[in-house]
Amino acid sequence: MTVASQLNSSAAAQSVLSQFVATGAETCFHGRHISPQILVGLDGKNWRLKDYETRGGYQALRKILGQDGAPSNSDTGVVGMTPDQVTAEVKASGLRGRGGAGFPTGLKWSFMPRQFPGQKYLVCNSDEGEPGTCKDRDIMQYNPHSVIEGMAIAAYAMGTSVGYNYIHGEIFATYQRFEEALEEARAAGLIGNNILGSGFNFELYAAHGFGAYICGEETGLLESLEGKKGQPRFKPPFPASFGLYGKPTTINNTETFAAVPWIIRNGGAAYLECGKPNNGGTKIYSVSGDVELPGNYEVPMGTPFSKLLELAGGVRKGRTLKAVIPGGSSSPVLPGSIMMECTMDYDSIAKAGSMLGSGAVIVMDDSRCMVESLKRLAYFYMHESCGQCTPCREGTGWMWRVVDRIHNGQGRQSDLELLNSVADNIQGRTICALGDAAAMPVRAMIKHFRHEFEAMIKPQTPQSSASPLAQTAMQA
Amino acid sequence: MIPEQTKARFDREIAKYPADQKQSAVMACLTIMQQERGFVSAESEKLVAEYLGMAPIAVHEVTTFYNMYNQQPLGKYKLNVCTNLPCQLRDGVGALKHLEQKLGIAMGETTADGLFTLQQSECLGACADSPVMLVNDLTMCSSMSNEKLDQLIDGLKSVEANQS
Repeated sequence: MTVASQLNSSAAAQSVLSQFVATGAETCFHGRHISPQILVGLDGKNWRLKDYETRGGYQALRKILGQDGAPSNSDTGVVGMTPDQVTAEVKASGLRGRGGAGFPTGLKWSFMPRQFPGQKYLVCNSDEGEPGTCKDRDIMQYNPHSVIEGMAIAAYAMGTSVGYNYIHGEIFATYQRFEEALEEARAAGLIGNNILGSGFNFELYAAHGFGAYICGEETGLLESLEGKKGQPRFKPPFPASFGLYGKPTTINNTETFAAVPWIIRNGGAAYLECGKPNNGGTKIYSVSGDVELPGNYEVPMGTPFSKLLELAGGVRKGRTLKAVIPGGSSSPVLPGSIMMECTMDYDSIAKAGSMLGSGAVIVMDDSRCMVESLKRLAYFYMHESCGQCTPCREGTGWMWRVVDRIHNGQGRQSDLELLNSVADNIQGRTICALGDAAAMPVRAMIKHFRHEFEAMIKPQTPQSSASPLAQTAMQA
Repeated sequence: MIPEQTKARFDREIAKYPADQKQSAVMACLTIMQQERGFVSAESEKLVAEYLGMAPIAVHEVTTFYNMYNQQPLGKYKLNVCTNLPCQLRDGVGALKHLEQKLGIAMGETTADGLFTLQQSECLGACADSPVMLVNDLTMCSSMSNEKLDQLIDGLKSVEANQS
């Protein structure tokens, strides 16, 4: 038998395959963003360093390092910005983590011990595997230097000299693109030793995963970076005190880093102003599922969901909106009627009973069976549970088997209570949030669409405990 | 034996990490092995373990934990079709079924000529491009309608026919 190898994929085979590679024309460069900051001016070809600099790239890094030609501060005599000033600016921006948790970025940066004598690390979480999410891929593919510059600024603010960007293994071509961008930045003296002659050192490397959803969990990611199975660590201690190789580490999402250069160039106040209070800036929403024009849409925080849906061409085939999973598959589903009242920001979605998460908006129309949808999600969490904690390892499989039998017409009257009970016994009882992520969709689906599950469970299902043999005997 | 060329690729990965943390390069080294040899054999694991100063079982733990490592030889073209919910809503399952029919195999199987292995996969992170299919861990093929799937399979088959 011959064996697979990307190196052995001949040029002829590669030319066959390359015609099916996305160009981003319809999903990213559609011109339907609103006041974009990260995706502004991109066309798919202008990802290189010289293009990025034409768009104002690396001005923020030059600014903080005092290498932008601006005069020194007349009061203090300082050129550029101090690390504290950079962190304060990010705090003032209201930027919150774009990976899912929405934790205030500036606050996270301030947790890093300032006077720690040893090595500290900066890590970018680009292990984008939350179903529905495809924004970090486009950022790194089409604007990789925004991530590099954002990381360099963060490293300066926290006094970190080494960073890693851990990239989802499935987007290996994007990992290669990012490596290429790193080479450009290194050659131009924008990363490495004595950046732009300022005396500031920051070396940045790319690493890749190879197919494990759990490595998107920050401590699972750290384990993976250390060359191990990506099984999450118990917290505390938090990465800011015990992270990569046991050293203080800050981990932010790709989109979070990509937002930083704009904030430094334009000021935290301007960033906050373009969103809404406590929800600064723009956010890239990955809209998938039953819409006419699936894609990434960068819009200000607080944009009404109805507007986002309109940008994505509305519900497919003129159908009616049934439900939306607003923040990646782990966030609780919401009925369409509730979503149409929401604005797209952390606080509005939380108030409605779900989470903005990674900003992956999965749209479902009125033809969709919620039992079937939940069955697929339940399978996913079973497949991706790392097996470390019993409630998650056993519970995710249990939930999938129960949803599967309901979907196959074998459901029992007690199954919905059973599902809720299993979910209750997973949520809050595991080392990491994958357990919660598996439990929340189950509870929300039953809460909002109970009638669909009940309709699949036949009321006449025999509750006899007798064996099939005994039943046959009784019928005879 | 690890060829010198492969060692050079390993060394480039090892150089990313502190001198006493060579193990960090294990995933990259295993990936390189898979790229060059098609799958990760016990022998490859042992070579990587020796090179990085790890116990072979620690390398095996990594191979078996991450979904994308092939633990046995597969077809020349490994086709991973995403069927997770966002793709399920946009014909991902249909794409998988179409390929099953077209290739005459069930998911998880390899065609008799050794050309294609078909696998269902979890989220590939390209949800807006659904149906999506990752070929040989590298090329993400997007918006794969049945017509495009046919073109891709027929195209690869004719490339192979011309080469043999």
